[in-house]
Amino acid sequence: MGLCAHEKRHPLATTNRKKSRPTRQLVGLGVVVVALFGSILAGNVWSTATWAPKLALDLEGGTQIILRPVTDNGEEVTTEDVNQAIAIIRQRVDSSGVAEAEITSQGGSNIVVALPGTPSEETLQLVRESAQMQFRPVLYFGGPAGTDLGEDPAADPTGEATEEEVPSAEAPAGEPPAEEPTVEPTAVPETAPTDEELDFDPFAPQQGSAENPSDFAQVTTELLEEFAALDCTDEANLSGGGSQPSDSAVIACADDGSVKYILGPVEISGTEIASADSGLRVNSQGVTLNEWAVNIEFDSAGTKKFTEVTTRLSQLPTYEQWIATPQPVQAPGMFAMVLDNLVISAPTSSVIIPDGKAEITGTFTRESATTLANQLNFGALPLTFEVQSESQVSATLGSEQLQKGLIAGVIGLVLVFVYSLVQYRALGFVTVASLSIAGILAYGFIALLSWLQGYRLSLPGVAGLIVAIGITADSFIVYFERIRDELRDGKSLATAVDTAWVRARRTILASDAVSLLAAVVLYFLAVGGVRGFAFTLGLTTVIDVLVVFLFTHPLMKLLARTRFFSSGHPASGLDPKTLGVESIRYAGRGRTSVPRAAGTAKGAAPSKVLVGAGGPGTDGRTMTIAERRAAQAREDAERDTAGTGASPDPSHETTAGTDGVAPSAGTDERKDGNH
Amino acid sequence: MAAGFARWGNDLYTGRRSYDVVGHRRRFYWVSAALVVLSVVILLVRGFNLGIEFRGGSEFTITNPSSLSQTEAAEAVADVAPAEAPRISTVGTSSLRVQTVELTEEEVVDVREALAEAYGVAPADVTSNFIGPTWGEDVSQKAIIGIVVFLLLVSVVMTLYFRAWRMALAAILALFHDLVITAGIYALIGWEVTPATVIGFLTILGYSIYDTVVVFDKVRENTDGVLSQSRSTYAERANLAINQTLVRSINTSVVALLPVAAILFIGTFVLGAGNLRDISLALFVGMTVGTYSSIFLATPLEVSLRTREHDVAEHTERVLTSREPSSTVPETTADPVPAGASSRQYTGQLQPGGHLGNKAQPRRRKGGR
Repeated sequence: MGLCAHEKRHPLATTNRKKSRPTRQLVGLGVVVVALFGSILAGNVWSTATWAPKLALDLEGGTQIILRPVTDNGEEVTTEDVNQAIAIIRQRVDSSGVAEAEITSQGGSNIVVALPGTPSEETLQLVRESAQMQFRPVLYFGGPAGTDLGEDPAADPTGEATEEEVPSAEAPAGEPPAEEPTVEPTAVPETAPTDEELDFDPFAPQQGSAENPSDFAQVTTELLEEFAALDCTDEANLSGGGSQPSDSAVIACADDGSVKYILGPVEISGTEIASADSGLRVNSQGVTLNEWAVNIEFDSAGTKKFTEVTTRLSQLPTYEQWIATPQPVQAPGMFAMVLDNLVISAPTSSVIIPDGKAEITGTFTRESATTLANQLNFGALPLTFEVQSESQVSATLGSEQLQKGLIAGVIGLVLVFVYSLVQYRALGFVTVASLSIAGILAYGFIALLSWLQGYRLSLPGVAGLIVAIGITADSFIVYFERIRDELRDGKSLATAVDTAWVRARRTILASDAVSLLAAVVLYFLAVGGVRGFAFTLGLTTVIDVLVVFLFTHPLMKLLARTRFFSSGHPASGLDPKTLGVESIRYAGRGRTSVPRAAGTAKGAAPSKVLVGAGGPGTDGRTMTIAERRAAQAREDAERDTAGTGASPDPSHETTAGTDGVAPSAGTDERKDGNH
Repeated sequence: MAAGFARWGNDLYTGRRSYDVVGHRRRFYWVSAALVVLSVVILLVRGFNLGIEFRGGSEFTITNPSSLSQTEAAEAVADVAPAEAPRISTVGTSSLRVQTVELTEEEVVDVREALAEAYGVAPADVTSNFIGPTWGEDVSQKAIIGIVVFLLLVSVVMTLYFRAWRMALAAILALFHDLVITAGIYALIGWEVTPATVIGFLTILGYSIYDTVVVFDKVRENTDGVLSQSRSTYAERANLAINQTLVRSINTSVVALLPVAAILFIGTFVLGAGNLRDISLALFVGMTVGTYSSIFLATPLEVSLRTREHDVAEHTERVLTSREPSSTVPETTADPVPAGASSRQYTGQLQPGGHLGNKAQPRRRKGGR
């Protein structure tokens, strides 16, 4: 856009242009094609790439569920919440053993779950379910592996698995608890209680109603058996979801499968969290420490309950004390944050926190602190998923649509070929070749992206490709029409190609920029099939530019050197006669131009013909030099055609507008003022 | 034929033949205004036939049924939900689609079984879809946001590129014209409006602007430095641009419409109701209207806006007054002027051997060239 000044000068500069090397660009294109298909081949051999692009559900068949997270109280759902919801659904679906499920967010608010084939009702239920966050007291915890009670404890592999993740238990000593209440994270136990300890059964007589949610009496024998059988290292148990009773003790896995827990009834629900964020710790002196922490704040109801919980928990043994006890008779002073029935964090609470503001510290990295804060914020929303649409596409219907769509595309392409051959004759083959190259590139890019980015071609995407035929072909049409325009001005083909290219290039770039802009805006703002469509539209626009620059233009330059085209063979589509360069015309700067077809040899040197200072012209006005010259040339031409095929006298040859010396006569009048 | 077309293109290029689009712009404004009003009336009176994505409801697709007769489906649905009048249509060559209002999950299972029994297929061959009532709204809402953002961005880009906000304004007015008329024709035909239709409408955005940019690029090229000469007015130069790009416009729209027409044909006569048919109808109508508007609406609008500008208006008047006395200078055009091109009008190309007087010379040369 800022190039105008440069571009305007360019046509003039072409008279002494550098020798252009169109083959270079063609080689460049070859490199692109080889690199494209080479990488797919490489991916095919060493990775998971396939030659055929992956298809979306509407073409392949499958089930697509579109969910919209909605809050009960009309609160705004943020992108983090949506991502969190997606993470939860992904966890559920992946753990349920459904292969190749795709879960994406669309337009920032919708969640699209695409499941191949016909998934079971249970899987669908897993997807539709909303996730809840709960705070439950921890009653008992242990290593993740599920074991029979009699199994050799030495076989338990969890000891070393968890050893490296030692939580640093740094209680800020001497700190006034009321000011800086700190909840210590103990998400991972140092050493899991072994099953041997479980063989002791001190709980049997204690069955009965619980005094408080931390009452160890809730840990019944059945629950312990269930607990022992639970294998948190098994993916299937980490799917989350499902509903668990909120008023009694339950068993649960940590979300990473490293620990399993027995938890008391729900004490605080996630919606009672006012906010959560992560940041570097600040101690009571206001000094920022180099430690990441998660800050959590409860609303008024939550604060009241949290005070209660921390009061009770502070009486109970800490994590270290509990671990050290071989036969625990009471629950540890820990509470678990349960999201979607998986424990995301279980910190020890050793102080009473009355103001509802807690800080969770531990071995957080920046990422893990952010993740936990996001999870807590997500839990703070009373979020449910509204099923926007649930569609099943049978594989047969999908493949029929694809097949018919492709047939339509082929028919359209053939019609375009025929039309351009009729319109542009041999030049039409350039269109055909360029469109074919564009097609090959489009196929290659889609196959590559479907491997690297997981792109899937959908029916709207196919429609986008078919529509793109027109837009791509338009670039060639703009270019060819420009070349014809330049030829009409009497230029030689080589010059016309160069000059037309400069003009056409600008138009092609401007219009493709608009097309690309539309595609990008739609891709980022629209939902559903619109995206697939916008993607192919944008891709083909880029390919269009690539092909025009690296293929069509270099090819035209090469063709302009061939005799067939430069001599303006009637079948070349560039016949000056057909293009109307049949009359002698004033070419500016005191020269006239006659069509080469009228007998002027190619490459004849421009020569000025002396004309006498003639008398008055036909209208009584004195003729200008140019007019006299034109009149002379016209006479000569008439004599030539009248004369029985005698070769024209070379001394009477006029400028044939070769080699770009003759400037354009019509498009720019300013040049005409020179005589 | 092609040769004749090329010669016609040549005549248009040289100005030997010229269609005075800009001069008769009031006529084209009336045509466009009438079409827009008609479309709005159709939209208001007839309205869109909203698809299930916008109404919400349940949809069943039966693959390879024993017959494509629709009565069994109606009966099967009536057994489960007697008050319901399902919409039944053929999809593809061997599928039936049954659309109902939103059913409960039990009803969905019942209808599926009833349909499977009625058409003698396995229950797995009857797929059921559910679309919430807000899904389509959501799509259109997002689409509208997309349109607004696109329009803002494209206005900025065009204003920067052409260095004339009037061109951006004219292009966007023409775009609205295209969208309204396309929507009107779509409503008139009465096919269901599905998200695929919305995609079609969105494509028109890009295509209409794209097509207009190509014409405007020529207008800009032709009108570059128009104020520093006195042979032709801005309007005449713009009209020449229309004529010179006419062949390209026709070729482009034919080439762009051929594939779309192929999808429309296959979609309508082979596939039946479905995404491809909806998208191609919207595109076919939109592209046709888009080509029309970039020639007959956008450029005249741009000229109308431009001639309001003080400099241009003054220049136009100067050219026209200077032309009065010089009308005694005989026409040097060798060929008879074809009908449609007024003889007093500037048509662009210099004819060989003629002198148009000193007044035709540039007044002032821009520096640096």
